[in-house]
Parts: sequence; C-alpha cells; structure tokens
Amino acid sequence: MMRTIKFLIPLAIFLAIGWFLLLGLDRNPRDIPSPLVGKPAPDFSLPVLADLSRTWTPAEMKGQVWLLNVWGSWCTACQVEHPLLLELAAKKTVPIVGLAWKDMPDNSKAWLKRFGDPYLLSVMDFNGKVAIDYGVYGAPETFLIDKQGVIRFKQVGPVTPEVISGKLLPLVAQLKAAP
Amino acid sequence: MAQTPNAQPRPDTKSAEIRLKALSEELRCLVCQNQTLADSNADLAVDLRNQVKSLIDQGQSDSQIKTYLVERYGDFVLYKPPMQANTWLLWLGPFVLLIFGALIWRRVQRTSERSAVSASSALASAAPPSNGAAPSPAGQSDSRAFAESTDRALSARQEAARKLLD
Repeated sequence: MMRTIKFLIPLAIFLAIGWFLLLGLDRNPRDIPSPLVGKPAPDFSLPVLADLSRTWTPAEMKGQVWLLNVWGSWCTACQVEHPLLLELAAKKTVPIVGLAWKDMPDNSKAWLKRFGDPYLLSVMDFNGKVAIDYGVYGAPETFLIDKQGVIRFKQVGPVTPEVISGKLLPLVAQLKAAP
Repeated sequence: MAQTPNAQPRPDTKSAEIRLKALSEELRCLVCQNQTLADSNADLAVDLRNQVKSLIDQGQSDSQIKTYLVERYGDFVLYKPPMQANTWLLWLGPFVLLIFGALIWRRVQRTSERSAVSASSALASAAPPSNGAAPSPAGQSDSRAFAESTDRALSARQEAARKLLD
C-alpha cells in the first residue's frame, strides 16, 4: 500500500506541473492587465484634430459614460476594428473620443475621410506623453470611462463583436444607470 | 554663487546618461517583450527612454521613476520581478524544491542503509539448516563461518557504496 502511494507521488507532481503549463499555454503575454482600471483617467490638454488651435480635456466628459479609443493612421489593426466602432457610434449608445497617437494631422484627417469618422472628436498626441500616462503600448486600445472620470475597462488590441456585446455594452448600461 | 530656493542641482550629463542606461536595462520593452528598454528600437521604447531621461533631469530617483512606470504599465514593465506577496512562489520556489529534493534523497539513503544493515544481521542470526537432530560442532562452526563471511562481504559492499555516494 505504502509502495503504491510512493509510486504515485511523482506522477501526481508531474500532473500538477503539466496542469500549470497547460494553463500557461492559454495566456497571451501581449495582454498586459492595466493597473489603471479603477483609477481616475489621467488628465490632459491636447489639440483637437478638427481645429488645432482648440484644446480639449477629459474633464469635459464628466457626467457621461464614454470611450477613449487610441488609434493612428499608421495602424493597420485599427482598420480591423473600425467598422465596429462606426456601428457603435451609429447606435449612439456611448460617445467615442479618438486619441490620435503619434500621428500627423493631415494623415489622420485623410484616414478618417477614407474609413469613416465614429468619433465625437479626435485629439492629437504628437509626442506620445499622454499615451504613456494611459499605459498605452500599442494601437488600437480602448478605455471605458465612467461619469466620475474613472477608468472601468481597458481593451488591448482591436475590439471584437464578443467584447462589445459581452463586456463593453453591459458595463456601459451598468455605469449609465449608476448616479 | 546665488541659488534660488527651489533650484535642484542639475545632475551632470555624464551621470544622467549612466543612470538612463542602467535604468533602461532594468525595464522591459512592452512591444518587444523579451528585450530591455535599452536594447529595443520600437517607437514606444524610444518614447519611454525619452520620458525616463526627462524624469532623471527633473531630479527623480531611480525608484521614483520605476514607480512612475509601474503605475502606468504594471509590474511587467520591470525586467526583474519585484519581491512581493504574489511573487514569493516565483522567487523562493526553486529553493523550496531543492530543499524538498534533498530531504527525500536523505530519506532514501537512510532507508537503503537500514535495509542493508538488517539484511546482514538477519543472515548472521539465521540458524543454518541441519541434517541431524543434534548439529555437529564442526557443522555449526562451518555455517557460522559462512554467515560471518557473508556479513563481512555485505559490510564491505556497504562501505564501498557509502564512499561512492559521498
């Protein structure tokens, strides 16, 4: 009896290690959890794409639930999610503000003209400092921000229909219902 | 030399460069994740190095700069995992396994020694098979000699094995 147990211990250890390795296979190292979820969205003042002499700050969205979408005319993955953003904007459920990351205004404008403009407005982050404040490390990224200006959800990479219907819209409804 | 009350002494360029390099080598490039911030040529790496440099110029300490980045990107931006509650297993695990393994090895060694010793003592005390009702003195001493020589051979083998394992 003891011999059987001793024999089984290495097998049990092997299975335990195998289990953890299997879990690891499922993990995506590009998907870094953001430490900013639950914290106030960092403040900034950036020029507006449509009128570069004008500046805009996130404080203007206080009292509203909204999305901040990081994009760039140089970003090919952004083209993949863009139709979904246009759909979302058409539904008028939640306003989307674009953060044009390390982009040139002429290129940004041309891109929006070509692919459509789902944004309430876009602001230009020329030197990438605001993106760093938001912990952005790639485009596209999307932040869901509540009425008090707190980040509630971050999507790394393009939004998908599953993310929109499964995570984003329910959360938007929840946050809108809250005071 | 007059100084305004809030002036920070400007770090000389050389030491700022050294600090920038040292810090960059301890930070991860989040785009090319197996490279340090120092090695990577990604746009974000260039931006982050510039940001680290401007923080150094502002007089921030190394730990303040690391905190600044961890606040925005999480622990993953540090190339060396910090020593905290959720990384104890990561840091101490190998040592724990090593101690565990050493303990098992010692037990195995002791068990094999014990079984070798008991085998030889069993042989020494075992009554030799006799043909007659009364074992002849000659026969008895023969079997005892046999048992004793076997015992000696076993001890000799045990000694050799112990020397090998040491």
